[in-house]
Amino acid sequence: MLRGYLRAAVFGGLCAGFLGIGAAPVRADVTSPTLEAVKKRDQLVCGIDTGIPGYAYQDSAGEWQGLDIAYCRAIADAVLGSPKKVKFIPTTSKVRFSVLKSGEIDVLIRDSEQSFKRNTDLGLDEPAVNFFTGQTFMVRKSLNVAHLKDLNGATICVLTGTTLETNIADYNKANGIKINTLLFEKPEEAFAAADSGRCDGYTDDGGSVAAARSTMKKPDDWMFVPETIGGLEPLGSLTRQGDEAWTRLVKWVHYSMLEAEVLGITKANAAEMGKAPTDPDVRRFFGLEGDFGKLLGVDNGWSARIVSDIGNYGEVYEATFGKGGLGLPRGMNNLYSNGGLQTLPTWH
Amino acid sequence: MVRRPSSRARAAQWVLLLAVVAAAWYLVSNAGANLAARNMGIGFGFLGDTANFDIPFKLIAWDDSDTYARALLVCLLNTLLVSAMGIVAATLLGLVVGIMRLSANWLVRNIALTFIELIRNTPQLVQIIFWYVAVLQTLPPPRQSIVLPGGLLLNIRGLYLPSFHDTPNAGWLAAMAVLLLAATPLVWRLERRGRRIGAWALVLPILALGAFSAGIESVEFPAMHGFNLTGGIQIPPELVALWAGLSIYGAAFIAEIVRASIQSVPHGQREAALSLGLRPRAVLAKVVLPQALRVMVPPLTSQYLNIIKGSSLGAAVAYPELFQIFAGTVLNQSGREIETIVILMGIFLAISLLTSAFMNWYNRHVALVSR
Repeated sequence: MLRGYLRAAVFGGLCAGFLGIGAAPVRADVTSPTLEAVKKRDQLVCGIDTGIPGYAYQDSAGEWQGLDIAYCRAIADAVLGSPKKVKFIPTTSKVRFSVLKSGEIDVLIRDSEQSFKRNTDLGLDEPAVNFFTGQTFMVRKSLNVAHLKDLNGATICVLTGTTLETNIADYNKANGIKINTLLFEKPEEAFAAADSGRCDGYTDDGGSVAAARSTMKKPDDWMFVPETIGGLEPLGSLTRQGDEAWTRLVKWVHYSMLEAEVLGITKANAAEMGKAPTDPDVRRFFGLEGDFGKLLGVDNGWSARIVSDIGNYGEVYEATFGKGGLGLPRGMNNLYSNGGLQTLPTWH
Repeated sequence: MVRRPSSRARAAQWVLLLAVVAAAWYLVSNAGANLAARNMGIGFGFLGDTANFDIPFKLIAWDDSDTYARALLVCLLNTLLVSAMGIVAATLLGLVVGIMRLSANWLVRNIALTFIELIRNTPQLVQIIFWYVAVLQTLPPPRQSIVLPGGLLLNIRGLYLPSFHDTPNAGWLAAMAVLLLAATPLVWRLERRGRRIGAWALVLPILALGAFSAGIESVEFPAMHGFNLTGGIQIPPELVALWAGLSIYGAAFIAEIVRASIQSVPHGQREAALSLGLRPRAVLAKVVLPQALRVMVPPLTSQYLNIIKGSSLGAAVAYPELFQIFAGTVLNQSGREIETIVILMGIFLAISLLTSAFMNWYNRHVALVSR
């Protein structure tokens, strides 16, 4: 029995080797259990936040909106040809990784920080960063806080089961001060406690704090403390380890949204630009050259679909966090060419 | 052999036992295989790791650099505290409402009825959040605290009590005070020249108070300093909201248990007591309640267990109990889902079994001995 497996493995390896040497440029067989499952189900199961402006929230019609939602829809669009074929599973910060590891969801896009331990100890892959931020504090203007150290003795509302608590503990130790925390399980109660004055402030990553501020009774009474702690916080999608092909797909869906922005392709002009492009970069993007879809296990029109159905990264950002949403400047999330951190490999 | 009913029953029991063992073995081996496939092991070594997070409310000393095991102890004590407070308050309130429910007075009876129906027909979690968000968060901010007599301050951050700084010999003075208090009911019953000492025993609690206050060097009153009130003892609103949620919800059920138990006492007992000339209050206290108690204890036990388990709802209002800290922060930071949940279930099981063992012992103690 075991010998049989070994023989098959050796044979398979040899075949793959020959294929590689034999100048076969296309790996026709992308094997990914998750991809197979999604195709068979004809639906992507995407783990998202329970509800937070900017990342994932329900509009007045009950439709999910937000940056993370756009990514779920983009993956569904790439694999299944429609951004509507998504089932959203709202997860709390407590259960999100268990739900992902148990296979209940295909991908977790839930303003989750990518970290060393999550990559190694928890066994998760971190394919794409869709939002760069840092741990930000929001306090009432009337408290006259100019620097984070002024918060010594203050009580801050925090969501439990996050890296935020650890960052505060580290900051306290490093500076010999004591910022107290009050740990909440869900944002709604934490927002209410901050708004009523039970806590002096609220902390989370920059985007979430901007979202929290927008829910306060008087958003103008609140200010962001200029300093951030815990270093750079890269938030993005997470996948289970052991399915590289799926992780690659999730990664390149993100890059396709950046590539579209780099090439100046938007939701509005996608149809126009895709008609008869001459620029080789644009031709590759629209799947007219090369087999960039097949290599991921989808058809070649995937990236064109994403930009015409959902838009490029910049458009999605502006609609959720930017001018059309929470009014948060793009800052670190600008393209590298505009002084930001969003960068991508070449599309060759 | 199989024809004999007793043998058949025994065989059926063995088959059932085997089936249960097989199912358990399948579950464990399945979990094991899945863990092995993900290169994950089971181990409790992570309990010795540094926790590196703050626990906002604690009964014993806690520092960021303590271990996960210590965090477990801290939040276990928090759970026990709120459970014990909830059980005591629910019992007292439930007893009062249950008796009110049987009152001859229309108003009293219907107030109790409304209370019971309103409370037990709405979800407990909603009630806890109601107490926290709708009631306690309408209190004024720290700078405009409500000043209560005795140096107590009440605001949105909680109730602040003055704290005592002890003199070196406060320990044995406090022990003496406790002894004096414990002796009071015993002395009360003592007889001297054929008469009970009775109210004279109240000298002892006064002495106890004297001993206690002799051990206090200074009293520190809470005062505004920086962002918060400092000094004194803070009772956080999270604790109060959870306590209120647990005890009021529990009281509605206990009230019904009390009512049913009282009604189960044969009416003749009450009539007999009345005809002996006992006053209504004495009838209740000396004849009806002692007999009702026997019926009350078993359902009361389940209600107590419900209160203990309900304490895990504290996670919703930021009360740092077992479920929130251990199954939340510790689970997330260590990534040890199975271990943390197993520990948590083990602890809740142990608390519940101990409670029910105690209640069973008490039940046997009060049960009617048939002669």
